[in-house]
Amino acid sequence: MDEQITHEEAIRRLRTDMRTSSVATPFATALKIAFQSLRIRFWRSIITIAGIFFAIAFLVSVLNSAVVELAVNPDEGSQVSGTGLRFILTLLAAEPRQAWLVTMSLIVCVIGIANAMLMSVTERYKEIGTMKCLGALDIFVIELFLLESGFQGLVGSFAGALIGAALVLVSALVKHGFAVMGILPWSQMVINILLATVIGLLLTLLGASFPAYRASQMPPADAMRTEV
Amino acid sequence: MASSQENTVRARAVRKRFPMGEGYLEALKGIDLEIKRGEYISIMGPSGSGKTTLFNMIGGLDKPSDGTVYIDEVDIAQLDAYELAWLRCRKIGYIFQTFNLIPVMTALENVTLPMIFAGLSNDEAISKGRGLLETVGLGERWQHKPTELSGGQQQRVAIARSFANDPSIILADEPTANLDLKTGHDIIELLRKLNKEMGVTIISNTHDPSMLNVSDRIIWIRDGRVDRIEARSDIDINVGTIGGDVLGGVGSADSHGGAAGKHAMDRLTGEATNTGE
Repeated sequence: MDEQITHEEAIRRLRTDMRTSSVATPFATALKIAFQSLRIRFWRSIITIAGIFFAIAFLVSVLNSAVVELAVNPDEGSQVSGTGLRFILTLLAAEPRQAWLVTMSLIVCVIGIANAMLMSVTERYKEIGTMKCLGALDIFVIELFLLESGFQGLVGSFAGALIGAALVLVSALVKHGFAVMGILPWSQMVINILLATVIGLLLTLLGASFPAYRASQMPPADAMRTEV
Repeated sequence: MASSQENTVRARAVRKRFPMGEGYLEALKGIDLEIKRGEYISIMGPSGSGKTTLFNMIGGLDKPSDGTVYIDEVDIAQLDAYELAWLRCRKIGYIFQTFNLIPVMTALENVTLPMIFAGLSNDEAISKGRGLLETVGLGERWQHKPTELSGGQQQRVAIARSFANDPSIILADEPTANLDLKTGHDIIELLRKLNKEMGVTIISNTHDPSMLNVSDRIIWIRDGRVDRIEARSDIDINVGTIGGDVLGGVGSADSHGGAAGKHAMDRLTGEATNTGE
């Protein structure tokens, strides 16, 4: 058999082709697939979201209760000060018992998310393999799973932060009467809600990062496996 | 077959070892083959013959332990992850035994996914995707999800998807194994038609004797080696239509294929009683 072109020539041609036509990681498509996957597994997503919801609701209730306490009984000697992250850190440092509970609840939440995402990856082995056969890059697969969990994290955290803050408000009203509304530092409470949402989102992404990486490393030949 | 055509797939002394217990299992023991552009190839062999391993190797899904696989004269072992993804996206189309459509996407979205990966705009992808679905006879059902389609229809969508980026090679892994006889037949006819019209090379891993009937060449794999390669003109398998002819076809394949033919018959009889899948 005579070779029409040498191997070097073939590689060179291929790489020229590659420069003119790339493989895309279409964000809109990833977003669509992620949403549809969540919709199909609606109740399981709700359970995952509930885990994040409770952890973040607890975090916000601890934070905003402290804010209410400080507003009602200003304590000059308190080590708790500042707003935002500084407030959170000084509060947790001053109250080791609370810090311990908050940390535990967040750790449990991250583990729960990692577990749920690992299940989701295992269940979709064939789907991921097929996408890789169709030309999906590793980064596309990572994107897919991070979007999916990121959405769950965002919804769960934000809802949890809102409900947690609302409960604190209700309990403040019951305890101190309506007059307390005038002395509460509202901006600080809103900052806590937003901060807790961001923390929830970041922790969710942390929990999902290993499962997403594992999915991206899956060999495409697994798409050929016939057993499900 | 015109011998002046370029090779699209070439294997040179390909070996593949898998670690197993203390030692190694050698699934492929030195395979040499050449597949020319536009050929319709069937790979046959009993279970455990190394057929699937060879198939994955040719498809750029796995790398050989020894020897070289060239796709369009490029040694695939020298490609990095991105280049392999590029190759799978544009040069090779995959058809699976279990169809493997993305369950959350419609027929059209499944067909356009590889085009989106290849960077086509949404409009281009949609009009091309509709055209491909038209070609495979599913022009009307583009909005349906895989669960709303029959097995044969799902495989048609998968075929349309495999042609999305005008690949030069189509790899079909037992494309008819999960279909009833009649549907399997239609799928084979469709593949043959596309092979003729578009000049695409089709490499199919199969147990189905009616597949042999349309193949230009049949590569029999046995115990990790190429047992023999037959051109269609060398063998006379007439499967014909469904009915009495089928058994004749199986008998004929059996006499030619030994263990593989036996296997084909088992599968065929199994399917005759289980066509609902």
